[in-house]
Amino acid sequence: MASGAAVTTTAGAREAGEGLGRLALRRFLADRVAVWSAAVVLAGLLLVLSSLAGLTATGWGDEVAVGHAPPHFLRETPERGAPEGRDADPAVRQSTGPAIGPASGPASGPTGAARGPTPSDVVDPIEVEMRLIGALADPRGREAPTSTAVVDPIAQELAAAEKSVRPHRIIPPEERAQSLPFGADKWGRDVLEKTVKGAETSILVGLAAALLATLIGSALGAVSGWFGGWVDDLSNWVYNVFNAIPGILLILAIAAVLDTKGTLSVVVILGLTGWTGVYRLVRGEYLKHREREYVRAASAIGASHLRRILVHVLPNVSHVILVQFSLLTVASIKAEVILSFLGFGVPVDGVSWGTMLTEAQNDLLVGIWWQLAAATLAMGLFVTALSLFTDALRDALDPRLTH
Amino acid sequence: MTAYAVRRLWQMIPTMAGVILLVFFLFNWVGGDPAYVLAGLFSSQEQIASIRRELGLDEALHVQLLIFLRQVLSFDFGNSWTTSEPVSRIFATRLPASLTVVGPLLIIETIVGVVFAVALAWVRGTWVDRSVMVLFTMGMSVSILVFIILGQYLLAYRLGWFPVQGWGESFGTNALVYAPLPILLGLIVSIAPNTRLFRSFVIDEIDQDYVRTARAKGLSEARVLFVHVLRNALIPVITFVVSNLPGLLLGAFLLERFFGIPGIGREIILAVERSDFPVIKAATVYVALATMIFNLIGDLLYRVADPRIQLR
Repeated sequence: MASGAAVTTTAGAREAGEGLGRLALRRFLADRVAVWSAAVVLAGLLLVLSSLAGLTATGWGDEVAVGHAPPHFLRETPERGAPEGRDADPAVRQSTGPAIGPASGPASGPTGAARGPTPSDVVDPIEVEMRLIGALADPRGREAPTSTAVVDPIAQELAAAEKSVRPHRIIPPEERAQSLPFGADKWGRDVLEKTVKGAETSILVGLAAALLATLIGSALGAVSGWFGGWVDDLSNWVYNVFNAIPGILLILAIAAVLDTKGTLSVVVILGLTGWTGVYRLVRGEYLKHREREYVRAASAIGASHLRRILVHVLPNVSHVILVQFSLLTVASIKAEVILSFLGFGVPVDGVSWGTMLTEAQNDLLVGIWWQLAAATLAMGLFVTALSLFTDALRDALDPRLTH
Repeated sequence: MTAYAVRRLWQMIPTMAGVILLVFFLFNWVGGDPAYVLAGLFSSQEQIASIRRELGLDEALHVQLLIFLRQVLSFDFGNSWTTSEPVSRIFATRLPASLTVVGPLLIIETIVGVVFAVALAWVRGTWVDRSVMVLFTMGMSVSILVFIILGQYLLAYRLGWFPVQGWGESFGTNALVYAPLPILLGLIVSIAPNTRLFRSFVIDEIDQDYVRTARAKGLSEARVLFVHVLRNALIPVITFVVSNLPGLLLGAFLLERFFGIPGIGREIILAVERSDFPVIKAATVYVALATMIFNLIGDLLYRVADPRIQLR
């Protein structure tokens, strides 16, 4: 049905002398699934932009609720008491006292959390020990052998961690919420805000990695297909080498040698491993177009190689590149999630759908499912929409394809 | 065909040389000085110098490349940097566990994929076909991790049908007790992509002239689909499966990690975590070699199964 309608509009449009892009757009808009998936993808991208601009999910790292606070729709009245299992969490036990009486503040006397020891009262035995050893080894005091000088092996890391924690708001335990719209994680962070922030990381990494891979593949493929000869042989050799190593193994090997773990490394890893498919297709297209008459005509009027590659041929192969970019984005998002889950991706102070799944695995053992559900739903919705969008894009851009 | 096979084997040499160069470049140049990784955070200059001497890192770059080349050709990558176990023994002892899971998985997932593909081709174009395909697209959009996490939680932890994780000593216990759940989850994850691919193979055959002839003879749709179409559609399936065989060497690394299976996939992840370069280097070089060989075997099998194919 839909294809029949598309054919008639195409015929009508061709009579009106419309451009190819407009024709593709018409075909795309005639497909209902395409329009819906495009809307979802667009909404996801807008959410990423707003999160990037600091409009949403700014407080994703704040401890706004008690640990593992349930979603609103599962909220229980305080009289019924905390469900079993939650009692084991000291953070919950500490804060249930003051939260029952809404008026009880810090000044309401020695009840609930106020009775417990405050951090300043607690004497840390290790700290005392360290201070003692430090005093012994203090070079200004006694003559001490330097080999026993106290070196805190994680001092640098600790300082860096403290610095990264500083921007987050510290909310006193009695002001933390008992439930959130979609629950809280182990540390009382809002799962909804984490999902938005995780979407920002995962989608941006996916887009950036796909962009890098598409650029490498297109540039190499265009040059290789256009010039042929030894350039083509060399590029084909590189392509064969990268193609011989299974993708996941190459990804892990590069992850092993890059000592800086972080979002940028994930982009580099996925970009360097994902370009081969684009290369093969773009090279084939350039081989084909090189001999076409319009390119020979351009050559006859003296257009340079660069001009013919970029201005004359590129627009005619751009649909292949666009579809490949879209496919690569889907693949990169999935790969980022797995890399982050394994601990080779987004660092612990960041959040992505992959790190959320890591935490969700442990949460599930104590019956906390909302973080898993949130990350799964968000990823499922966006990636499904992007996949359907890619299929529709391919159909719209290349009408000769039949299914 | 022999000439073709020989030429393909001959062409493998430059590719293999490229793989060796790439791995060498990655681990000896991009990876920085491994002596610092090995010696740890607090090490003296003498320690680092002695490690560099031991690994041949104080030699010129081309000498290091020769050392690496000798390692590749002699199948001897020395000892693991973290456990001091010979790398060759690591792979030999981890292979059975990987094969116990991935071997049956590959067989079952191929059969199930083909059955699903033919069934969908049978009802092609109907709402059943379309809704199953949309369902598969959705299933493929959810991370593999979610399927494994949920499956392990529900089927093993909550219902207790399978052990949550672990691995035994004898092949019997492993195959019957510990492997079934990983295999089942691997199957669930693979149904969607395999069926989509195999269905496209079947659909490609359905429009051929010989199918119309078979129908014109008055054959039943079932006979056309299962005897005429399936035999032809199986050819690309075979190629696909054969060229995926090197994956057996890698194991299903996520499944092995989740279920604590001491296979090669888990070993490689551990090696990446511990910066155990010899293990990763050996895995990359030999799996690449296996991939090339199995790709060639796949192409040759294609020729055997379908004599119309001209190999050039």
